[in-house]
Amino acid sequence: MKSKKETILAYVIMALMAVVFVLPLLWIVLASFDPNASVGLKVPASWTLENYNAVISSGKNRLAFLVGLVLSLGQTFLVVAISAMASYPLSRYELKHKRTFMYTVLFMSALPITTVMVPVYKLFLILGLMDNLLGVILFMTASSMPYAMWMMKNFMDTVPIALEEAAWVDGANTIQSILHVVLPLMLPGLCTIAIFTFSGSWGNFFVPYILLQSSDKYPASVRLYQYFGQHGVDYGQLAAYSLLYSLPSVLLYVISQKFMSKGFGMAGANKG
Amino acid sequence: MHQSNTSAVHLTGRQKVGRFVSRTVLLWPALALLMIFFVWPIFMALYYSFTNLALSGAAAKNLQFVGLDNYRKLFSDASMFRSVKNTLVFLVGSIVGQNLLGFMMAYFMKRRNHIVRRIVGSCILGGWVMPEIVVAICMYAFFYSKGTGTLNRIITLFGGSPVPWLFSHAMLVVILANIWHGMAYSMMVYQAALDDVPEDIEESAYMDGATRLQNLRYIIIPHVKSTIYTNTMLITLMTLGVFGLIYAMTGGGPSGATQTLPIYMYVQAFKSFQLGYGTAISIVLLMIGIALSVLYTRIAKDH
Repeated sequence: MKSKKETILAYVIMALMAVVFVLPLLWIVLASFDPNASVGLKVPASWTLENYNAVISSGKNRLAFLVGLVLSLGQTFLVVAISAMASYPLSRYELKHKRTFMYTVLFMSALPITTVMVPVYKLFLILGLMDNLLGVILFMTASSMPYAMWMMKNFMDTVPIALEEAAWVDGANTIQSILHVVLPLMLPGLCTIAIFTFSGSWGNFFVPYILLQSSDKYPASVRLYQYFGQHGVDYGQLAAYSLLYSLPSVLLYVISQKFMSKGFGMAGANKG
Repeated sequence: MHQSNTSAVHLTGRQKVGRFVSRTVLLWPALALLMIFFVWPIFMALYYSFTNLALSGAAAKNLQFVGLDNYRKLFSDASMFRSVKNTLVFLVGSIVGQNLLGFMMAYFMKRRNHIVRRIVGSCILGGWVMPEIVVAICMYAFFYSKGTGTLNRIITLFGGSPVPWLFSHAMLVVILANIWHGMAYSMMVYQAALDDVPEDIEESAYMDGATRLQNLRYIIIPHVKSTIYTNTMLITLMTLGVFGLIYAMTGGGPSGATQTLPIYMYVQAFKSFQLGYGTAISIVLLMIGIALSVLYTRIAKDH
């Protein structure tokens, strides 16, 4: 059925694509260990960790990583907490116009954030939030809210209400049943949303670039961009910086794959 | 609503408060954030797009209502038309490239050796997990125009002469960069869709003497049709907002060759300090985004 020719063709194409996709990454890995790195792929004549050392020992770089971490962790915490709160009534109660509201949320989640950045800049001027890290966290939280609410509600729908009723019978109030029954049961969902939000936030360049002005408040993404734009940039250090900066995104992606494959095992919670 | 009204009679005061909190108060923080940072700016943008709002200078102090002036300017602005055209080229290139390559990879990888699938998949995922600015740096080095760029080194290795990619083919380069970054997503989506195509239908088609191409045309593609729609919508929405990738690689240049709407909006608002005009451009972008999002929500509703 499948001729040998086709099989060979398939493997050749797969191999070719793999090589084409991996070459740009190979450059950044090799260059980061190369004392004489240039732009463009080459095998280093000698190997060094000096590029990493130079990146890490710079106080400005460390600060940028710290700021990035504060922004991303702050946003992630707020997104998970606020969307979990909001999804409870959306999941458990018959509210007026709930369907319309949920589709509005879906609609907002699809809207590219770039389209509102100029008005948001003006809004930040009016509110006096310009160059304010907390302001950036709040805006980024709002921008993640639509998809987080959408996902969180769907996750919460999978937790059987019977489990909550059991807690109520034992004397728990609604808030207690949310904290001690519902949220622990949807932990994989909470983690998925947290990882998704953190990665998006960590990689975000446009929002902090527009809303922050003093260079000591720039997160890693904006600092990397500026470093890249410098005249006579050291490509070895640029590559080392890029890889260090990519590390959280890569790690979180690998971890999220473990979560996704586990899935939700709550179908049997009602039985017995 | 009706249920709670009848049962409310039997609730104690404390329970009523708890119910009010769990039904209503829990929604407030989310609603407040969405109203302040999402809905308000959009309405503000509509208002400011009719003014001469500027970042500095006389107009910054003296805000004036200029009616449709900004929009009139849009329609007579050659750079605006160029940006719309560039945005369309960038969109179409990315959509076609990611869909075709993603589908092709998923199709070739189907039912192949498990280890090969994993290795090839990981290579392609590399571009997907990298943050936008790192993608821009990787792609910049790959297409670097003087002789040392990776691609030019390969070309010289085979006896060709180096091509100044970032200058002569800038739009193609940013499209390829975007495909490198986004293609893994399409590949994963199509892998899942292709796994759902019933094997026995394919088998029986082969029994009846169908060629591989006929099989693709009459069985597989009709099966993944809805996936193609949703995937195309999602790529469009993701691509429409791309800023950092292009901005870091080419800055919109050379001489506007890669200036898409988001870049033009940024340049007008923050480089030329014409916030009012920049807002008018962002309204155009927003309208395109809204139209596409509505379409996407419709499609998602049907499934």
